[in-house]
Amino acid sequence: MQLPKIPVGDAVEALVDWIEQYFGWLLDGISEGLGFLISEFQDLLIAIPPPVLILLTSVLVWLVTRRDIKLAGLTALGLLLIWDLQLWDLAMLTLALVLVSTGLALAISLPLGIAAARSDPLNAALRPFLDFMQTMPSFVYLIPAVIFFGIGNVPGIIATVVFAIPPALRLTNLGIRQVPIELIEVADAFGTTARQKLFKVQLPVALPTIMAGVNQCIMLALSMTVIASMIGARGLGYQVLVGIQRVNIGMGFEAGLAIVILAIILDRITQNLVPQHDESR
Amino acid sequence: MSQEELRATRRRKLGMIFQSFALLPHRTVLDNVAFGLEIQGIPADERHKKAEEILQMVGLGGYGASMPSHLSGGMKQRVGLARALTSDPDILLMDEAFSALDPLIRRDMQDELLDLQQRLAKTIIFVTHDLDEALKLGDRIALMKDGAIVQIGTPEEILTNPENAYVEKFVADVDLTRVLSASDVMRHPEPVAQCTAGPRVALHLMEEHDIPGIFVVTRQRLLRGRVTLDDAAEAVKKGKQMTDILITDIPIVAPDASLGDIISLIVESPYPIAVVDDTGRLKGVISRGAILAALARKGEETHATS
Repeated sequence: MQLPKIPVGDAVEALVDWIEQYFGWLLDGISEGLGFLISEFQDLLIAIPPPVLILLTSVLVWLVTRRDIKLAGLTALGLLLIWDLQLWDLAMLTLALVLVSTGLALAISLPLGIAAARSDPLNAALRPFLDFMQTMPSFVYLIPAVIFFGIGNVPGIIATVVFAIPPALRLTNLGIRQVPIELIEVADAFGTTARQKLFKVQLPVALPTIMAGVNQCIMLALSMTVIASMIGARGLGYQVLVGIQRVNIGMGFEAGLAIVILAIILDRITQNLVPQHDESR
Repeated sequence: MSQEELRATRRRKLGMIFQSFALLPHRTVLDNVAFGLEIQGIPADERHKKAEEILQMVGLGGYGASMPSHLSGGMKQRVGLARALTSDPDILLMDEAFSALDPLIRRDMQDELLDLQQRLAKTIIFVTHDLDEALKLGDRIALMKDGAIVQIGTPEEILTNPENAYVEKFVADVDLTRVLSASDVMRHPEPVAQCTAGPRVALHLMEEHDIPGIFVVTRQRLLRGRVTLDDAAEAVKKGKQMTDILITDIPIVAPDASLGDIISLIVESPYPIAVVDDTGRLKGVISRGAILAALARKGEETHATS
């Protein structure tokens, strides 16, 4: 015996058709804007001679880690290796994808996180969406992205942004909610406006937690840009994918190594961007 | 009171000090102290200058650049105190401000608060669960039970005249020697000898009142010293002057000295103790008997009610 099939697929297709018909202009606009942003960003990164960028990055690492010369040296070595493996342009494209999608994800998640921390109803309303987004396998994000934006870098970014939003939003919300009640009382006792309380007490005190969210956001964005190669996003991830398809182990491994190097550098920079302060008092 | 008025009052009229210090961990000590002024929109130069001044006053000059996590508990609460003082409020609210400090530091902070209060003359509302602290710091104490005030009064009134059984029980274990001061137990210094009078007059006064010694004062009642009966009698016989027999090395205390301090003085001294105000005037005299009487009076009361 066979149950009558509920036409879920048909319904979704109808919905997609409807959206494309009435909001096609919006999707095209987003697509064009993002495409432009990425290519500009990539051009900018590639325009900088690799040695200069390697030096700048190493100095940046050295500064944010408070003079950790070893880490700065490893950064330089890692980037030199990427250059040497002739993966520089691909790495810069991946970096551009990561930075653009992280930027977008943070532009959405930080304000929403702050709003959710200040409003319980909003927090409750957001929670199922966040749970949904986080439990969904990351491949699944690719489907709507492809449907609305075709294949290429742009749908890759869209999928990445959606994937990278939840941790930054959650940790921003959590960080602000975890600000000790006494400090809120201090703000009140000194007669702060709601705005002053947010910017002078809540956000600064929550900053280490928020930065952990930013760090997670970047790491997830990097991993997603690799997966997004399956819908035509270029960069190092695509190189890995080609390596898999052609069973070219060497090629896949080299690109994978470059991704790990990028990940470590991005992680170390964002982890040390804000000095940890004593949370207890 | 509208939100706006409440905010304005909190900014200018009230200073709050917290039990857990509640310093902002991401700010330096100086920026913590300047916080109130920053909220009021005072420019950075001005508020830092003021904050530095107040830090000096609470004994933390030079710590402005430190982070709160590097300070000890006592220092943190000094920062908390400084932060509340910077906006020059009329009223300081101190919510169990010293309860998180260890006893020695706590006593220091109490002394320092009394000291500051002398200079600043603010109204301070100090919430505490420690009766000794209340008795030490308070000019007036409001004793509360279940959110209602049971009794308001000076420490002495609360101790010597408890409103009801609850207050009585509350104050039963108080160490009176720390609460009563010289002015509570002293007697009027009668008679005294003028320093212009001779030994004969002093001798006559002592014999008339049947006392073994007498204080010598100027016309303005400034204390000069003391003469004993024996010395005066000898001086009259040998024709000595008052200044020859005057004992100037006598124990004196201020009117607000605690009974505990006076007891240790009186144990070492053969003479009654003179109570002298800060202009040097003789205000009263404390004998051993007066102290015992004061302590016994309280002992009887508690005995009778328990």
